[in-house]
Amino acid sequence: MAEISGEPGPGTDTGTDTDSGAGSGPAAPAPSRRALLGWGGAGLALGAAVAGGAVAMAEAGDGMDPAGADTGGAVAFHGTHQAGIATAVQDRLHFAAFDVKTEDRAAFVQLLKDWTAAARRMTAGKTVGDGAYGGLAEAPPDDTGEALGLNPSRLTLTIGFGPSLFEKFDLADRRPEALVDLPKFPGDNLEKSRTGGDLCVQACADDPQVAVHAIRNLARIGFGKVAIRWSQLGFGKTSSTTPGAQTPRNLFGFKDGTRNIAGDETGRLKKYVWVGDGDGGKTDAWMNGGSYLVARRIRMNIEVWDRTSLQEQEDVFGRDKGEGAPVGKAEEHDPPFLKAMKPDAHVRLAHPDANDGITILRRGYSFTDGTDGLGRLDAGLFFLAYQRDPRKGFIPLQRKLSASDALNEYIQHVGSAVFAIPPGVRDADDWWGRALFSEEA
Amino acid sequence: MRAVRLSVVTAVATTAALTALTGCTEKSDAKDGDAIQVTAADSTCDTSAKSVPAGQVTLRIENKGSRATEVEILFPDDRIVSEKENIGPGTKYTLTAEVKAGSYEIACRPGMKGHGVRQKLTVTGGGKTAKRDPKLDKAVAAYREYAQEQADATLPKVETFVKAIKDGDLEAAKKAYAPSRIGWERTEPVAESFGDIDPKVDVRADGLEEGQKWTGWHRLEKALWEDKKIGKAEKSLADQLVTDLTDWQKRVGKAEITPTSMANGAKELLDEVATGKVTGEEERYSHTDLVDFKANVEGAQKSYELLKPVAEKNDSALTAELDKQFAALNKLLDKYRPNTDSYDFTSYDQVGKSDRKELSDAVNALAEPLSKLAAAVVK
Repeated sequence: MAEISGEPGPGTDTGTDTDSGAGSGPAAPAPSRRALLGWGGAGLALGAAVAGGAVAMAEAGDGMDPAGADTGGAVAFHGTHQAGIATAVQDRLHFAAFDVKTEDRAAFVQLLKDWTAAARRMTAGKTVGDGAYGGLAEAPPDDTGEALGLNPSRLTLTIGFGPSLFEKFDLADRRPEALVDLPKFPGDNLEKSRTGGDLCVQACADDPQVAVHAIRNLARIGFGKVAIRWSQLGFGKTSSTTPGAQTPRNLFGFKDGTRNIAGDETGRLKKYVWVGDGDGGKTDAWMNGGSYLVARRIRMNIEVWDRTSLQEQEDVFGRDKGEGAPVGKAEEHDPPFLKAMKPDAHVRLAHPDANDGITILRRGYSFTDGTDGLGRLDAGLFFLAYQRDPRKGFIPLQRKLSASDALNEYIQHVGSAVFAIPPGVRDADDWWGRALFSEEA
Repeated sequence: MRAVRLSVVTAVATTAALTALTGCTEKSDAKDGDAIQVTAADSTCDTSAKSVPAGQVTLRIENKGSRATEVEILFPDDRIVSEKENIGPGTKYTLTAEVKAGSYEIACRPGMKGHGVRQKLTVTGGGKTAKRDPKLDKAVAAYREYAQEQADATLPKVETFVKAIKDGDLEAAKKAYAPSRIGWERTEPVAESFGDIDPKVDVRADGLEEGQKWTGWHRLEKALWEDKKIGKAEKSLADQLVTDLTDWQKRVGKAEITPTSMANGAKELLDEVATGKVTGEEERYSHTDLVDFKANVEGAQKSYELLKPVAEKNDSALTAELDKQFAALNKLLDKYRPNTDSYDFTSYDQVGKSDRKELSDAVNALAEPLSKLAAAVVK
């Protein structure tokens, strides 16, 4: 058994045993180093990743790379779309919303360039700037250091621009029409300190330390130009964008996201997620290849839910708790017969078939921030939805859910934000937001 | 309070780093026979050598005068390398110190006060004498002077505060409380570097170690604002505060101050703001946090301004950013006082959550570049 947990010695690489350890001998109790690094040509990945080097891997955003789903490798930063949307969902999240503190457009553009450079390095498993040690003894190191020795963990960093940003830097005429302020939904109990933001960065990774490191370093680079308004840690992805993967469960114990858009469904991604030619008007051209993100912090009344009968729980969702099968069906993926569900069942109300086909790409995470001072678990779902146009995606859907969803008795929306997600960073000379800030783009 | 031991460690570490950078570390090659004879008298201070190699230097001191004397080895900025106080008439003492190459003075202070009688001492090493940028020595000397001025100006204000307490005048004591702390807050890292004064005068209830008696400003703050009474214990604590701060005033001149400890001290003052003032923890009874806040920023700015000529040469982008952020933070603070000549700041319990966040953001915006000042000074 020793070799399972130990690192493979030099020369043990076969160059073929690349598939996440699957089918390579007896099931290992913990993923081996090779399994973590498994990738086409594992030998290449090994040395480079151990040294914190870059490993060029999946094409960011353009669908997902199925082989990358279970590795600790790097996700390519450059691409038509930003990574972190259609990319196979990682296990952990650190999401941060920022306020802009500077009025100096040049300083802000420089920050976006500095952030892009740092993001490019961190997603490749490298340190920020001159690293975490070895520099001048009198100066604090550029990198904070807590991700040293960890592999890239499929870190993706995704930037977004909130409606309030367009009130700054003379950007009003470039605000996309689709980037509307969200209406007040019935039942919303939004806390100002968890709502809004001029900018957001979504950090997803398989290792929470890698995700936290990324946001921490970006915040540090940003001091004086931007300040964190609020942030959220998440775990236990509640939706999958990986075809065939087991549907994860939310903190109510139910499978969530059965009908989510998978990262390789190019057609549905194009139709429902990516902003395309001719969307909106002239002001939206810079958004081509981008998307819109709605983030909601949904608090769950955990203790109340746990005292609820199984029948009631299943009625609320419209699926059974074990299999996740829709009412009256046997398997999770059986097509639901919506009318068999209670009229206020969550799935019945939310299903695309009941909403003229409205479809969003969900990427939410569970969260728990300890207890709330009354002994109640401060926990719930940090809901992240990507769509081509929130006016046709989240807003009508939530209007309907907030009015009649049986789940409303057990949840409350306490934080909210909407962001325009610009297209991907194309190459080493490109930077986050260039298309927005450069007139010629 | 928090940074007490940290400051000392930092100072030592940066000194070591400086040595490494300038390459002036020398192994001791001084033999016992190389000891310098120092003959101290009432108006003379004779030394047997004006030049010695770097390493361990030994002074064999004999007091031939009629009064007790004090002998010191001094850096060019007047900081004490090593000293022996209270060498009685007719007695001898051997003083040793680890000394790097450079220019020094030996001082005898008959009666243990005043400028004393000085002799030059050149310490040589490896054929070349390491010299710190004279601009930095000037900065350190000016900062030492600043620290001394602050201590000197603080004592009368403390005496006013203490008098009000001893008179049992609650309102007058409350009024005198915050002003009595300004000089201290401006130069806190210097005071903290002594290790023993800060825990006596500026400790908060939650900072007490087991068995430690709570004394100092914050103990009196609690009596005035929370207990709303002045008793016998408070009056005696007030006297104690004067005694402890007089000790501080006397020792400021001997503080270990280097260009890097000045730069780090500036950053530490902002750290104090970030951890104690912005949260309202420091002045939890009086809510005079913004007075301390302002004083901390002023002290940090003083260090910075003195180091700026050197820092600007090495990293002008950094000094431009620091100028900008100091101005921004000061402007923000001015929102909380009716006029800029006064230290009457808004009571911190009247500062709302979003305003506190704005202050915190401004502190971060300044503290982050300020953390790079030390490097810009030694580059």
